[in-house]
Amino acid sequence: MRELRIHGRGGQGSVTAAELIATAAFTAGVYSQAFPAFGVERRGAPVQAFVRFSDQKIRLRSQVYEPDYVIVQDSTLIRDVNVFAGMKAGGIALINTEKKADYAVPDGVKIITFDATKVAIEEIGLPITNTTLMGAFAAASGEITLDALKGAIEDRFPGKLAATNFAAAKRAYEMIKGGNF
Amino acid sequence: MTMQIMEGSMAIAETVKLCRPQVISAYPITPQTHIVEDLASIIADGKLDAEYICVESEFSALSACVGASAAGSRVYSATTSQGLALMGEVVFNAAGMRLPIVMGIANRAISAPLSIWNDQQDSIMMRDAGWIQVYAEDNQEALDLHILSYKVCEDHDILLPAFVCFDGFILSHVYEPVDIPDQKDVDRFLGPFTPYQRLDCKDPVSFGMYATPEYYLEFRYEHDEAVKRAGEAFKKHAKEFAKIFGRDYSELVTQYRMEDAETVIVAMGSICGTIKDAIDEMRAAGQKVGLLGIRMFRPFPSADIRAALSKAKRVAVLDKNISLGAKGAAALEIKDACYGMNIPILDYIIGLGGRDVKISDIKEVVKLCEAGKGDMFYGLRQEVL
Repeated sequence: MRELRIHGRGGQGSVTAAELIATAAFTAGVYSQAFPAFGVERRGAPVQAFVRFSDQKIRLRSQVYEPDYVIVQDSTLIRDVNVFAGMKAGGIALINTEKKADYAVPDGVKIITFDATKVAIEEIGLPITNTTLMGAFAAASGEITLDALKGAIEDRFPGKLAATNFAAAKRAYEMIKGGNF
Repeated sequence: MTMQIMEGSMAIAETVKLCRPQVISAYPITPQTHIVEDLASIIADGKLDAEYICVESEFSALSACVGASAAGSRVYSATTSQGLALMGEVVFNAAGMRLPIVMGIANRAISAPLSIWNDQQDSIMMRDAGWIQVYAEDNQEALDLHILSYKVCEDHDILLPAFVCFDGFILSHVYEPVDIPDQKDVDRFLGPFTPYQRLDCKDPVSFGMYATPEYYLEFRYEHDEAVKRAGEAFKKHAKEFAKIFGRDYSELVTQYRMEDAETVIVAMGSICGTIKDAIDEMRAAGQKVGLLGIRMFRPFPSADIRAALSKAKRVAVLDKNISLGAKGAAALEIKDACYGMNIPILDYIIGLGGRDVKISDIKEVVKLCEAGKGDMFYGLRQEVL
């Protein structure tokens, strides 16, 4: 079983990202599970959402404490929240930031910094980075395919919104795949 | 069978639709809200021919269901926590009037202090109300138990309301794969609601009239007998359900790796999934641990539990509730069921108000139980006491 933890702020669509990633994984034939850290929902407050991927039915109901993957939607969270908590060697942390900063991460964890906000503004017209980061996650982790992600996005958003969100996801996917970030 | 991935609340709403309730009345409350929002949309979109009665409170929601059920309609409601508390008087009335209402409970803690998070204090608070109570381990079971409960409740030998309990947030808000049954299969299994008797101007009857001391005791006796019969009726209808839908819920208690288990964990609801993963790890390390999951809490399946625990050396009961000043509700019942069996039965109050329960916590409980330590709140943060 592999586990993903998404860190964001209320309003950035972390829960939606978790749901769509789980949907994309499931439609491609993997058991998946997505749920939020059930908090008091406030815009701007730190939030978490989780995804599990497995070849077998998933029974575990606890939150994710030792993630294989971490997505950080807003790098300013790193000051207040230990977003790398529980990560092990071989893990991947995907951080939305315009800076190439050094982060103190556990040994063997691969950091990918990436300006998802820029991509989202250019493709969607809004600094909502969840779908962009989903594309980057697909490329970095290999847990979901771009095709499955397209289906999940189209299932959730109406016409034009689906098109722009998928364009952002696809561009991020290609940037990460091409090492161009 | 077509598996789909969706939120638990949506899966439950879609399944309730398949049961063709004619009247739905509910008041939105976290974490039940998505269910009743989805049902309101389903009716507004014309996908279900039902009356959705908007009300100003849970008291009115269940009152509307009582009236509609007595008039001969299949009805549905859902609530949780404070909403269930506010319904209190009507909860007892619905059962005493022997109305086959099915109500989803997205289990949540009770105030004060205010908590929107999961435990099972709300449905346990109503354990003496004369409703059937079943608890789901996952969302597939949550939606299947809705269908099955209508069948059991509307059985003319039973005529009782039921809570279908599923852990708030943990199940109601999780996306996971489920098989939403076909309408024709649900129609075949349930058929239309045939009331035993109903309010009818041409053939008047009364429901819930007062009973003098000459009759009240007998009403309570008959109600108790009906609740007790519901266990066998559930088994019978669950076998029929299994033939149509391929999923068997005919055991009132579930057993996992119990064959030679020396330490048995007893639990209810979604925590059973986490416990199964913990047991696999403990088994791999040579520990003989098993799980007895309580699917049906009312009627309490004492005989089934006694039989299942006959070879256990010790029992750890995990209660997501507390009868303050006594013990957890499941532990009290298990001790009663196993009276005279001479095995230690220790209680652990765990996960109240949404405190997360991890695999490591389950292992720690087993360690405590094997050391003879129990009848305690597990995981207290000593630094804040």
